[in-house]
Amino acid sequence: MAGFEPGSLPDLLPLYYRRLFPYGPYGRWLSYGVVVKNYFQRREFSFTLRDDIYVRYQSFNSPQELEKEMQKMNPYKIDVGAVYSHRPSQRNTVHMGAFQAQEKELVFDIDMTDYDDVRRCCSSAEICSKCWTLMTIAIRVIDRALVEDFGVKHRLWVYSGRRGVHCWVCDDSVRKWSCAMRAAAVEYLTLVKGGSETVKKVNLTDPIHPFISHSLSLVEPYFEEYALVGQDILGSSESWEKVVALVPESVRESLLREFPKKRDSVQRWELLKKKMEKCKPSHAESEIMLQYCFPRLDINVSRGVNHLLKSPFSVHPKTGRVSVPIDLRKLEQFDPLAVPTISCLCRELDTAPEEEDGEKENEAEPEPKRRTRDYKKTSLAPYVRVFEQFVEEMDKSRKGELLKKSDLQGDF
Amino acid sequence: MEFSREKRLKARLAGDRRGDLYPHSLQFYLQPPTENISLADFENFAIDRLKLLKVVENLGVSYVKGSDEYKSRLEREIRKLKFPFRALVEDDYDARRKDHISHFILRLAYCQSEDLRRWFIQQEMDLFRYRFNELNGDLVEKFLKYVNLSYGAISKEVKEKLAVQLLNSTPGLSGAKVEELEFYKVPLQDAMDLFRVRRVYLLNAFAYVPQTDIVAIVLNNFRTKLSKALALTARSLPAVQSDERLQPLLNHLSHSYVGPDYSIQKNIGKISLEHIDALSVKSFPLCMRQLHKALRDNHHLRHGGRMQYGLFLKGIGLTLEQALQFWKSEFIKGKVDADKFDKGYAYSIRHNYGKEGKRTDYTPFSCMKIILSNPPSQGDYHGCPFRHSDPELLKQKLQSYKIPPTGITQILELVKGMHYQLACQKYFQLTQDVDDIGFSLNHPNQYFAESQKLLSGGREVKKEPSEPESSQQKLSSQKSTNSCSIPISSNTEADTELEGLDAYFTED
Repeated sequence: MAGFEPGSLPDLLPLYYRRLFPYGPYGRWLSYGVVVKNYFQRREFSFTLRDDIYVRYQSFNSPQELEKEMQKMNPYKIDVGAVYSHRPSQRNTVHMGAFQAQEKELVFDIDMTDYDDVRRCCSSAEICSKCWTLMTIAIRVIDRALVEDFGVKHRLWVYSGRRGVHCWVCDDSVRKWSCAMRAAAVEYLTLVKGGSETVKKVNLTDPIHPFISHSLSLVEPYFEEYALVGQDILGSSESWEKVVALVPESVRESLLREFPKKRDSVQRWELLKKKMEKCKPSHAESEIMLQYCFPRLDINVSRGVNHLLKSPFSVHPKTGRVSVPIDLRKLEQFDPLAVPTISCLCRELDTAPEEEDGEKENEAEPEPKRRTRDYKKTSLAPYVRVFEQFVEEMDKSRKGELLKKSDLQGDF
Repeated sequence: MEFSREKRLKARLAGDRRGDLYPHSLQFYLQPPTENISLADFENFAIDRLKLLKVVENLGVSYVKGSDEYKSRLEREIRKLKFPFRALVEDDYDARRKDHISHFILRLAYCQSEDLRRWFIQQEMDLFRYRFNELNGDLVEKFLKYVNLSYGAISKEVKEKLAVQLLNSTPGLSGAKVEELEFYKVPLQDAMDLFRVRRVYLLNAFAYVPQTDIVAIVLNNFRTKLSKALALTARSLPAVQSDERLQPLLNHLSHSYVGPDYSIQKNIGKISLEHIDALSVKSFPLCMRQLHKALRDNHHLRHGGRMQYGLFLKGIGLTLEQALQFWKSEFIKGKVDADKFDKGYAYSIRHNYGKEGKRTDYTPFSCMKIILSNPPSQGDYHGCPFRHSDPELLKQKLQSYKIPPTGITQILELVKGMHYQLACQKYFQLTQDVDDIGFSLNHPNQYFAESQKLLSGGREVKKEPSEPESSQQKLSSQKSTNSCSIPISSNTEADTELEGLDAYFTED
């Protein structure tokens, strides 16, 4: 979707916030059924405005008020923070130490730059269809663990708009997790450790924990296509030397000798596997796959209860792409480069066909209703649908819980 | 006659009640003490416990926790300071009472900031773990009952179904052991320390914990309760701090945990930017040398590196203006333009100097902090090279710095034994060309200061810093956050009392 100029944001944002942003489901999401007193009102938002002006501790009395403010300020970027003990906008009226972050979704941020040492097609902010597979793998691995191991029911995966994905875990109990608990979850999910000073970043020892074996079985099907063909990690001596550095010393020499005789990465990988068979109990094969493919999480994003993260449906100021939810049922087909940009969406609005006679738009019609139909005219529609389903699931689940509780208490 | 008989009777009754008060040698510290004690006891108990916790901290980095050396040294210290250490020792009442009271006093001093709380919780947990492991099987059961930690064991059928997973997730167990041991279904939150390191099987928000790992659960419970309690204590602190008798002691206690923290710059402006490259080779510890080189090579450092290195530079005397100039000149050579630097990075540098936001004057990181928190990942250059670098790469780096091979071997041995600070001390000896380092290293700025002392010819007598705050530190409100931002009382009477305390807190 070429044709996005960051300079056009001031013109496009007002249109986006007036007619496209899905305030309905968004407000329902963050209200969480209005079960807890003033939950929405105590939530922190931050806006990045024109000229890099950044305002924190924004809070609102209702989703409608938030909507009005967004339409007034037309922020370049919106972040969602924690639910505090008091309304953030009134924190100065509160005793020091009494203003605390209390709850927040557990969030994950997976950024393509963290894989720069193992991807050859792109670096830093660039992404392409070849390396995007890393995100697909990351989502599969993390999501399985969240659901099966941590028992999570409500999570939303979102494209960040440029080079990664975010995950929002919204279960009631998880929102109450302490920093220590969040850090523990990240540690559980971490297998790739070490900075630039570490050569071998994955070290497996027996026994292999079920988390690792489950993850490996999710990574393996992608490995040949992604790493051997796409990234060609054994394609040249420069790249296979890095791989050979990860196998036991006893095997290195013979591999380096025999690799040039093979035709391509696939053949060389077969050779490596054969050599490794005689080299038990080493797990080098798995370790290589994991070092090249396993998700890399940023613990600092997940750990803090008060950490602010880019909101779903926020626009990325550099790429113009909207931060859209990812449909897990269609994960393989997700293409970040096909995600609509704000300029594309505004164009679509302009060129949308007129309403039929029976449903002609008129000024008297309330905004929200008009808007519900507006986004449907654009490429944003399927993404909003995913978001709506996510919110509906939570509503349903909440109703179920309430029913259970009232049954137990004998309320009829 | 009657008086003395009555007295004896009363004493016996009191003794019985005393037994009930502390039925075990360890506890969760759920109820605060409610008696009256003298100020002298208040001080002495607190100081003794602080000494104990510092020993726990030092032993924790020098020895493997739970090893024989660790246990024997810790036991020695506990005995010396008269704290409870054995479950069955008779007449343990005084020690247990001291344990109880001193813990609650230190809560007052250590609840005030995230850093202090984290440190306090860590040492208390290590101490608790040691004492819990000294309990024999029977007493474990009794203690668990006492603290209401009983989880449901899984049935034989469930265990059979999960046998393979249980075997693979619980290290050190054989198939036979899995069959033999009871496994408990523990809610996720209670098993945090176990699942964090993948030592337990997780399924649908439950952890399946063998009875041999129950100590981790108990510890987790202990930590959660203590963490909540500290948060509550922080909120009621203003009332306590208003008591003039207590305020000076509490402030001094929390200051002392890192010893000299290099927050008060002694050599402001004495470093010139032109000399930094040479200084980084001559007087910087390896971690800062690495960061400096990475900054020069890449014209960029990520957040973790900027914090660790930036605060270190502040500690050696770089002024705010110099820091801004230094970072800007380097970042501009990279991908950052001047405008972006001024908007983003400059703000956070000023933040570090206490000129923005909360206006807390941040303290340079101690070795403990660098080793134990925020490990580096891909693209990071911070951390402790002895802790976080691949031994192979570390060796190559030391070779390139012309460290003699025998020295490198010694360093790598120390690293293997997890004695990171000792390894750095060795590095100091080899690079500064001295036989004996002459001090116990626990702070990068201390490394720099000592190196500079040597280079300028002769070491001076070290003076324990107890000066009042410099004008740099913010004082606008009573916000209690960082330890260095708490004002020391200017009451001269209190100062003379404190002089005695200084002796307790001198580093070796």
